[in-house]
Amino acid sequence: MTQRERPMSPHLMIYRPQLTSILSIIHRGTGVGLAVGTLFITWWLVAAAMGPGPYEATRELYGSWIGLLVLFGFSVCLFYHLCNGVRHLLWDMGYLFEIEQVNASGWVMLCASAILTLVAWSIGMSL
Amino acid sequence: MSLESPLGRVRGLGTAKEGTGHFWHQRLTAIALIPLTFLFVVIVFAFIGADHADAVALMGNPLVATVMLLFLIVGFYHMKLGMQVVIEDYISHEGVKIAALLCVTFGGFTLATASIFAVLKLALGG
Repeated sequence: MTQRERPMSPHLMIYRPQLTSILSIIHRGTGVGLAVGTLFITWWLVAAAMGPGPYEATRELYGSWIGLLVLFGFSVCLFYHLCNGVRHLLWDMGYLFEIEQVNASGWVMLCASAILTLVAWSIGMSL
Repeated sequence: MSLESPLGRVRGLGTAKEGTGHFWHQRLTAIALIPLTFLFVVIVFAFIGADHADAVALMGNPLVATVMLLFLIVGFYHMKLGMQVVIEDYISHEGVKIAALLCVTFGGFTLATASIFAVLKLALGG
C-alpha cells in the first residue's frame, strides 16, 4: 500500500512570534526556573540548620557576584510567574479574553513584574 | 447515548480517574501563593545581614516560621503539579516521561522534607 502524502499541520515555528505565545512560554520557563531555584532555597535553609560554619559559607557564596546574579534571575522568575499567574487566574474566572485585553494585560503584567523586581532589589540593596 | 454508568457520571472523575483534581489544586495553590510569595520576600529581606544567631532568632518567631512552612509546603506542591504538566506536554517517550516524573516527585518531596526540617530545627532553637 502506498502512503499518500498528507498535508502537515503548520509547525509552531512557521508562525510570527506573538506577545501571547511568547509570554505563555516564558510563564513555563520561569516556572521551571523557580523549580531549579528551590534547590538554592533548600541549600540555604539546610546550611543554616547545620550551624554557623555552613551558614556563613552559604551567605558568602550567595553574596558573591555570581550568587547575586543567580538570585536576580530567581527574583525575575518569581515576580514574572507571580504576575502572569494572576493573569491566568483572571482568565480562569472568565475575564480579559478579548485579544486587545489579552495584549494589554500582557504589557501591564510585564511592567508590574519589572517594577516589583526593581523595587525588591532597591529595598534589598539598601538593607 | 452515553456509555457512562450512572455511578460514573455522579463521581465525575472521567477516564483518567482523577477528575479536575489536578487543575483545581494548581489554582488553589496559586491563589495561596500570591500573599505567601510577598511575605516570603519580606522574610528574605529580614535575613539580609543576619548572622547565624540572628537567623535562629528570626526563625524562632512563630509568625516567620509559620509563613516559611506554608510557603514551602504550598510552593513545593505547586511546583510538583506544574513540572508534571511540563513533562507530560513535552516528553513523548513513555519511559523517559515516567523517569522524569519520578525524579520531579521524589526530588520535590526530598527538598521539601529537608527544607521543612531545617525551618523546624531553626525555629526550635537551631
